[in-house]
Amino acid sequence: MFPELTGYLFPNDVHIHWSLMIVMYPYITGLVAGAFLVSSLYHVFGREEFKPLGRFALATALCFLAVAGLPLLNHLGHPERAINIVVTPNFTSAMAGFGIIFASYFIVLLFEVWFVFRVDIIDTAARSRGLKRWVFSVLALGVYDTSPEAQAVDKRITRILAAIGIPMACLLHGYVGFLFGAVKANPWWSTPLMPVIFLFSAMVSGIALLIVLYQIAMKLKGMAIDRDAIAAMSRWLWLFMIMSLTMELLEIMMLAYESAEEWEVIGHLLTHQLSFSFISLQMVGGGLVPLILLAIVVLMDRYMDDRIRNTLSMIASLLLLLQVLSMRWNVVIGGQMFSKSMMGFREAYVPGMFEKEGILAAALILFIPFVLLVIFERVLPTFSHLDRGGELS
Amino acid sequence: MSKHPNCRNPRHDKVSRREFLRTTGSAVAGACAVVLVLPEGSAEGVEGADYDWNQHRWVYLVDTTACIGCGSCVRACRAENAVPEGMYRTWIERYEIPAEGEALVDSPSGGEQGFAPVTSSLNVRKAFFVPKICNHCLETPCTQVCPVGASFSTRDGVVLVDQEHCIGCGYCVQACPYGSRYINPTTHTADKCTLCYHRITKGHKTACVEICPVGARQLGDRNDPYDPVNEILATRRVQVLQPELLTRPQCYYLGLDMEVR
Repeated sequence: MFPELTGYLFPNDVHIHWSLMIVMYPYITGLVAGAFLVSSLYHVFGREEFKPLGRFALATALCFLAVAGLPLLNHLGHPERAINIVVTPNFTSAMAGFGIIFASYFIVLLFEVWFVFRVDIIDTAARSRGLKRWVFSVLALGVYDTSPEAQAVDKRITRILAAIGIPMACLLHGYVGFLFGAVKANPWWSTPLMPVIFLFSAMVSGIALLIVLYQIAMKLKGMAIDRDAIAAMSRWLWLFMIMSLTMELLEIMMLAYESAEEWEVIGHLLTHQLSFSFISLQMVGGGLVPLILLAIVVLMDRYMDDRIRNTLSMIASLLLLLQVLSMRWNVVIGGQMFSKSMMGFREAYVPGMFEKEGILAAALILFIPFVLLVIFERVLPTFSHLDRGGELS
Repeated sequence: MSKHPNCRNPRHDKVSRREFLRTTGSAVAGACAVVLVLPEGSAEGVEGADYDWNQHRWVYLVDTTACIGCGSCVRACRAENAVPEGMYRTWIERYEIPAEGEALVDSPSGGEQGFAPVTSSLNVRKAFFVPKICNHCLETPCTQVCPVGASFSTRDGVVLVDQEHCIGCGYCVQACPYGSRYINPTTHTADKCTLCYHRITKGHKTACVEICPVGARQLGDRNDPYDPVNEILATRRVQVLQPELLTRPQCYYLGLDMEVR
């Protein structure tokens, strides 16, 4: 099937080389960065309202980070050569640092998870028999000290790791924005605002994901939804979505007002090829609507019934998850809908359902972290410590 | 200590410990990097060939006033380099510029089968063909962004891709402002015009230059003082594509119109 084209495109520009997989990658790392921030708000800054989520947010970050590399591997023409990025990095490339940044953040996150769940690992090992006991003994790495002094050390190390993790999570994600922002050949990508937009939208998506997952988890476990946690997350979500939306609008307004050469292309792009995904989804349905919903949640907090707060924040979060996904789509796919001739457009791009980098593959990759999270929850409960009085970190 | 074999700087007669460590360290690291990064014999040019890449600096010249849009070059390139269908290492654009209104630009199948006569009702006052190839830029954004160093510039000024090392991420395709690169559907790696490196290193011209019936495409060597292309670059008014991006293209144009990007 040949794409429908208008105007004049360079003959090699009719292909969409960066597919749905490249949309998924920043989406997933964004969820990681945002979830990690919530856990750090508790672990580093001691925000008590996030205590019910401290561990769950960390587990979410880990489960999503575990699959973040999959879309990239699936995208590469030669995934078996992916190791070249680490073995022969070309440091003039913004992409060359990927392996190092990704690996170091993964290690920090793994260590933090271990320190946070260490006592639970030892407890489980002590309480079980056979294979399970063996597995948990291995997980404990040979350290069985659960004295209050040891736990105090755990807490201090967790705090340090979480503090190191914040800039690293920001780096991992802001850096994806840099990859796009530093392409001078593409006026839709080339802006210093790009890493900033990516960062703020990452926070939005991560917090929104936690609001949704937390409420579902509480429902499934028959536990009460913590009203302070929801209220606090809604406040942060509102703040970050305002920042993110402001930046996104700012970029467009600047381009439109300057009306330089690139606006001829981008103006057309936004009102034609991306009219639904940008105007309807990113700006109105996923932007304006949650902005109003969260304004109600935040500003009328005192008068609000818990159920209404939960419902409104849930709807706003789901819309924002869609908003961030559409933002990623608009950047990645939008940037390939016009030719670098600046004279021609591809009319539409619909990824196939069953192709290698198609919708099914993307859905599967996005599904894995939820499975991982359920397994994680089975192995190392992320909420049970709350019932026990919760003196652990 | 001053005569340590790893100390490559002969000026260091008296070397402090810090300097020694620094020099030795960088020498060792450098040696490792060379061993890791460079394929065998690459510093000496093409292995076994009677060709020294330090003796040449290839440039390309397109005379847009001469091109007749026959498409021979596109066909020759495809045949010579087994360019996959739907992808182009070279192509020809046709510009029809009316007295008033928008310019009409087209390049049906990259101009491979030539161009059908103009049938539009535009009052065309100015029309011309523009052949395009990779600009083999000196400050090329495509090799800059290659994460693994598979894309590189040769010493004689040609931008190439190591097909055995490329991971197929497509970043270079995005970074090229001229649309010169594509992902080869057979090899799954980035692919582009090689300036017929297999030919020019054996003393031949590129396939497109060889076949052009009107001499609209010419290959030149900056290091050859008697090269006619050098003479043109030195004395005529030439232009490059998208000079504002400062990529320093080594493909020069005669008679380029402002409509051309």
